[in-house]
Amino acid sequence: MEFSEEQLQRYSRHIILPEVGGKGQKKLLDARVFLVGAGGLGCPVGYYLAAAGVGTIGIVDNDTVELSNLQRQIAHSTKTVGMPKTESAKATFEALNPDVTVIGMKERITKDNILDLIRDYDIVVDGSDNFPTRYLVNDACIIAKKPLVSGAILRFEGQVTTIIPGEGHCYRCLFEEMPPPGLVPSCQEAGVIGAIPGVVGSLQAIEVFKLILGKGETLKNALLIYDALKTTFRRVRVPRNPECPVCGDTPTITELQDYDAGYCRL
Amino acid sequence: MEEIKPDKTINIKGHVCPYTFVKSKIAIENMEIGQVLEILLDYEEASRSIPKSMEDHGHTILKLEKINETDWIIRVRKEKE
Repeated sequence: MEFSEEQLQRYSRHIILPEVGGKGQKKLLDARVFLVGAGGLGCPVGYYLAAAGVGTIGIVDNDTVELSNLQRQIAHSTKTVGMPKTESAKATFEALNPDVTVIGMKERITKDNILDLIRDYDIVVDGSDNFPTRYLVNDACIIAKKPLVSGAILRFEGQVTTIIPGEGHCYRCLFEEMPPPGLVPSCQEAGVIGAIPGVVGSLQAIEVFKLILGKGETLKNALLIYDALKTTFRRVRVPRNPECPVCGDTPTITELQDYDAGYCRL
Repeated sequence: MEEIKPDKTINIKGHVCPYTFVKSKIAIENMEIGQVLEILLDYEEASRSIPKSMEDHGHTILKLEKINETDWIIRVRKEKE
């Protein structure tokens, strides 16, 4: 376990933690984490993973930076408007920490490419903004047996949960089917307060650290709900559903399906 | 009592907190259980904080000695991973 002088300084506040130390820092440097989305959640998650020295960060996102993103998507800037989000985020994260390799993938994830994209990664983080992607990522992680840290934000509320295939619940144990498009807030109803992705993304980053380090208790079998207007956190127990169509005892979803169904992409 | 010979010696003179402990901790993590690390330092606060933190981490302090006007020696036996 060799560290350069710069690394000893950069990671000193990790190394002095009993739960991390040099060995834990090495695990972080060797870890490979896949981010779905370089938006509100992907920005703070990627920022903290990069700062912590998570050695390889893959990011998939098909969008370019828009001015309307900058109220909450902190890896991008006025100067990178028009640039692919993956490129803008890669530049920000690699400038923060040269130990980190960021692999940007400017494409849409689909049932046909997701399993290949996540194959070489240890952990998947969902920061997507729509239900078809959320269910696609959940089902793919169950099929590929990849731990998944899922986050979601809307208006003044955020949710985080950690899915460990074979051990705990999955997203479909919580919400078995996607809500019909009519029940999902339309684009003009889907405001989001500026700092909420920071709260939820930071919680996701910490879940990732605990999974890499093998320390602490994650949100396995639990959903954490943050209400920013009331300033409350609620932790709800979510048992695995033995009848779950994807992670249950006799699953009916054994390969990826078509998930798109006329949703307004926020 | 016969003095225990260190398995490894590090010189962290010129370093201040928290790097004094960072360097000591990395050194002891790379050693085997039962081995003894000797630390040479000149930062007074660390002569108190390193023994305390090493004990908090479960290791045993075998020796803490001011050897001259400016320097201290600490010997620690690694007790656990």
